[in-house]
Amino acid sequence: MTTDVMGASIKRVEDPRFITGKGRYLDDIKLAGMTYMSILRSPYAHANIRSIDTTAAAAMPGVVLVLTGADIPYNPLPMAWPAGGSSGVVNNINTPRVLATDSVKWTGEGVAAVIAETAAQAVDALDAIVVDWEPLPVVVDAEKATQPGAPQLHENAPNNVVFNWTVGDKAGTDAAVDSAEVVVRQRIVNQRLIPNPMEVRGDIGVFNPGTDEYTIWMSSQTPHIQRLLLAAFVMGIPENKIRCISPDIGGAFGSKIFCYADMALCLFASKALDGRPVKWVETRRENYQSTIHGRDHITYLEIAGTREGEITGLRVKTFANLGGRLSTIGPGIPTTLYGRVLSGCYKIPNVYCEVTGVYTNTTFVDAYRGAGRPEATYVIERAMDLFADEIGMDPAEIRRRNFIAPDKFPYDNPSGLGTAVNGEKIYIDSGNYEPALDMALKTVGYDSLAKAKSDARARGKHLGLGLSTYIEVCGVAPSKWIGAVGEGWGAAMWESANLKIHLTGKVVLTMGTQPQGQGHETTYAQIIASELGLAMDDVIVQHSDTQGTPFGYGSYGSRTSSVGGTAAVKAAGKIREKARQYAAHMLEASVDDIEVVGAEYRVKGSPEKKKTLQEIAFALDLGFSLPAGMEPYLDETVYHDTPNCTWPFGTHIAIVEIDEETGKVDLVRYVAVDDVGKKINPMIVDGQLHGGIAQGVGQALWEGAVYGDDGQLLSGSMLDYAVPRASWFPNFELGETVTPSPVNPLGVKGVGEAGAIASTAAVANAVMDALSPFGIRHLDMPFTAPKVWRAMHDKEARS
Amino acid sequence: MIPAAFDYARPASLDEALTLLARGAGSAKVLAGGQSLLPLMRLRLASPAKLIDIGRIAELRAIRDLGGGATGIGALATYRDVLDSKLVSHNHPILASAIPGIGDVQVRNRGTLGGAIAHADPASDMPAILLALDASVVIRSGSGERVVGIDGFFQGAFSTDLAEDEILTEIRLPATPAGAGMAYCSIEQPASGYSMVGVAAVVGRAGGSISSARIGITGVADIAYRATATERALIGSDGGSAAIDAAAGHATDGQAVSSDFNANAEYRAAMAAVHASRAIEAALAAAG
Ligand SMILES: Cc1cc2nc3c(=O)[nH]c(=O)nc-3n(C[C@H](O)[C@H](O)[C@H](O)COP(=O)(O)OP(=O)(O)OC[C@H]3O[C@@H](n4cnc5c(N)ncnc54)[C@H](O)[C@@H]3O)c2cc1C
Repeated sequence: MTTDVMGASIKRVEDPRFITGKGRYLDDIKLAGMTYMSILRSPYAHANIRSIDTTAAAAMPGVVLVLTGADIPYNPLPMAWPAGGSSGVVNNINTPRVLATDSVKWTGEGVAAVIAETAAQAVDALDAIVVDWEPLPVVVDAEKATQPGAPQLHENAPNNVVFNWTVGDKAGTDAAVDSAEVVVRQRIVNQRLIPNPMEVRGDIGVFNPGTDEYTIWMSSQTPHIQRLLLAAFVMGIPENKIRCISPDIGGAFGSKIFCYADMALCLFASKALDGRPVKWVETRRENYQSTIHGRDHITYLEIAGTREGEITGLRVKTFANLGGRLSTIGPGIPTTLYGRVLSGCYKIPNVYCEVTGVYTNTTFVDAYRGAGRPEATYVIERAMDLFADEIGMDPAEIRRRNFIAPDKFPYDNPSGLGTAVNGEKIYIDSGNYEPALDMALKTVGYDSLAKAKSDARARGKHLGLGLSTYIEVCGVAPSKWIGAVGEGWGAAMWESANLKIHLTGKVVLTMGTQPQGQGHETTYAQIIASELGLAMDDVIVQHSDTQGTPFGYGSYGSRTSSVGGTAAVKAAGKIREKARQYAAHMLEASVDDIEVVGAEYRVKGSPEKKKTLQEIAFALDLGFSLPAGMEPYLDETVYHDTPNCTWPFGTHIAIVEIDEETGKVDLVRYVAVDDVGKKINPMIVDGQLHGGIAQGVGQALWEGAVYGDDGQLLSGSMLDYAVPRASWFPNFELGETVTPSPVNPLGVKGVGEAGAIASTAAVANAVMDALSPFGIRHLDMPFTAPKVWRAMHDKEARS
Repeated sequence: MIPAAFDYARPASLDEALTLLARGAGSAKVLAGGQSLLPLMRLRLASPAKLIDIGRIAELRAIRDLGGGATGIGALATYRDVLDSKLVSHNHPILASAIPGIGDVQVRNRGTLGGAIAHADPASDMPAILLALDASVVIRSGSGERVVGIDGFFQGAFSTDLAEDEILTEIRLPATPAGAGMAYCSIEQPASGYSMVGVAAVVGRAGGSISSARIGITGVADIAYRATATERALIGSDGGSAAIDAAAGHATDGQAVSSDFNANAEYRAAMAAVHASRAIEAALAAAG
């Protein structure tokens, strides 16, 4: 009877529709009378707009409306996560308007929109809009933008500084670093990335002139948040006047969390057209220019310690490039999600980090898979290798010596996690780092590394091995700590679940979270089937529509299973409890005598006296016989605010080979031992790890958004931005340790980002290991063949 | 990514296509597999007023045995057709080994050899290979047919000897010189998958020395070219590693080597030498 589906690699219930082309993505939706919007984007990275003439465009065939910024009375887009919350950090905020009015700050900022009967007509008419531009000087590099004499982007942001945020004990860290036996310093760049979901973004806005209400379909990870932000902040209308629907989403990687100008633009245009639907779907080029980018840090790191390999201090100064204007939570990423986890899995007693958020004439930067933690992991994992190299210690050994010991959890780290914010502290809940390291080293055959290197030399290759013993933080929580008065995130961080057992016994779980390809419809169904003892087929999971789902904050930050999953478990618990009470009524027994075995509610001691959950649901639904005070129907809603974040960890090991003639780097082996807590569906977990690892390796070896000095995006398409391909990877060798998270009943942690957080540093360390015979200590990513070749030749030329 | 409006015609025969093309006078473009032309149109980097789709003219798709080891490949033969041809892989094995590295399955199923060389992308692989194979191309217009050698066909980036009213109908590959082997070695630009540098070598040995050599190089300059200095240095040498490396060192002689943010001129030049050396070694190894 009990179907134990928890922990089973059940095939994803959503895959048949995705694989056979029956998914319903935004661009598949066609509504009667639909019009199409195209956006005119700035060809300049920095310019004043003297005037815009739309007369000719308005007269083009099929054009029904042309809009410029002056037409739209909406507020600028909201800033939902300024740096530092209540700590008094000043944030000089400039967010985009729905269309730029006076000036543009990056190549691709929207300045006008055409709405036409067909998509082609809308594009054709863009050419007829005449903008009188006054080009201005440009700066694209975050460090240079803060120097005297740099072009200034915003009057309220002297030296282009968005904020200066610090964390940790400055005096203590200064003392530790300045008095240390060994200090290693390095400038490292974590280059800008473009998220590249397979499906680009888009919206369809519909105004209902009869009810004065709006509906918007959007390719968004956060429909509930967007309803709030669009209504209350951008449009200035009541939140209950907008309904947001996210259809199937073809990948997001963070880039679909945010409030974008096009959303409000579609709604405004539909209202102006008296309710005709307005569809906008970005081109890939627009996606590259006007949907967020990720990373882009320039960091000066100093790591201090003893000759015996004890790390005593970490001092970090980072310039975080946030783009020409701020995206929804841009400032929160390089602060809370970066500085507070910089010391990783190590017991470093003194940590101080200073982050300067900077405006430049580039696309805005916000959360991209890992969001802050990959940047932090890159800093600390490179730092550990640099330090080991300096004192001549094995990189595995130095990690082992500095791990937080298993008996030290819950652990307060010195970069501020343990700092009470709003009376609430968060801590690293659990961890046991050495077993994962040992398992990975054993799998890879660490002892025979020297031989592998000399074998490779015989083939004209330089082999290198790199470690990344990462931790990451998922399901950021609790609301009291992260919320506006705490860390500055302008919202709560709980999740919701509604569970209904219909009269026929079929179950509908309705969630506030929002899948983008992760398989929520499968994993949640596994949770509910297991909790209620039902078959998977009896459970349907719904999500993605603010009308009909309980409010939820959406899916990002690897929070869904730990926060949303717990809400689902609790909802099942409430259903079980009510069913038990009603079973007692049906079986004429006392509630205390009812035991639940799978889907059966039995009288203890007389197992033949029982009712199934579905019988109970049927009777409760009909309501012919209800005990006093009991409401009909099995329908329970839970709002769950989790007490703490979860902390996955693990060891990733990359082996690369570099062709000495060409500088080409090949990833030849990849071993990952991850501890993501308990697994609901191990196959889905592996899939998340595979994708994450590939994305992180992509950063190390191939990817990078490149701007010219004039602010043109040189890597403006997939012809010049190298999205990794499956054939470039070896089979990943995955292992696991399982330390259940103590903060949720499922024991789960989160896995959506772990791969991407860990793998970049592992590959970077492997490449540096391979290049160590050349005396090369550090190169910045991506390690393209020309760059590596140049570095090897420079060193050869000098020696 | 929507192209500007255009007219479309799908002629059933070559003659009809030539008539339409002549009538289009400069505003019409031939469409074959569309793998290069359509992306340009979608980016609005090209906006031809009329497309003349020659894709279904069967007579242009044939692969013919010209006898004595020579082969005629119809301009509309796709990469896939060429890969599937036993005749081609027997006579000119370099094609069977190089083509799987071009694009992806869809591109190889749609893209034609004629389109590849008519387009003359400076990073395209086929031009280097055809230079090394000493191909000739058959060109038709309303006023007749001409057959020209591949040397001189490529005139600049995206520019060839083809006039606006001409259609390429066939690529002819001569028999491989006696004692020659052939190989193609390239390094990819990872984003586009096109060759950053690609070198095709057809090299023959007679007695103890190199008797013939044709080296075609792509990706390095504005157009694919023959590395004549390398060829000269090779011919008559003993074909040992030292001779090969020395010859390969001339791979970019006389060329203005291109530079972009993916790879600068210095790297391209160095890779031309490395891959020339590798291609020559492999060609000699294949010669047996
Ligand atoms: C994703 C992708 C990856 C690619 N990767 C590679 C790669 O790795 N290496 C590589 O070399 N190439 C690559 N290509 C390019 C591909 O090889 C060419 O696009 C293809 O071969 C062109 O042939 P086509 O039939 O599609 O030409 P079309 O696109 O139809 O035409 C191209 C041009 O040639 C003209 N033309 C075509 N046929 C004739 C003819 N018979 N007579 C006169 N003019 C003609 C057209 O007018 C047009 O100007 C790639 C393309 C894509 C889309």
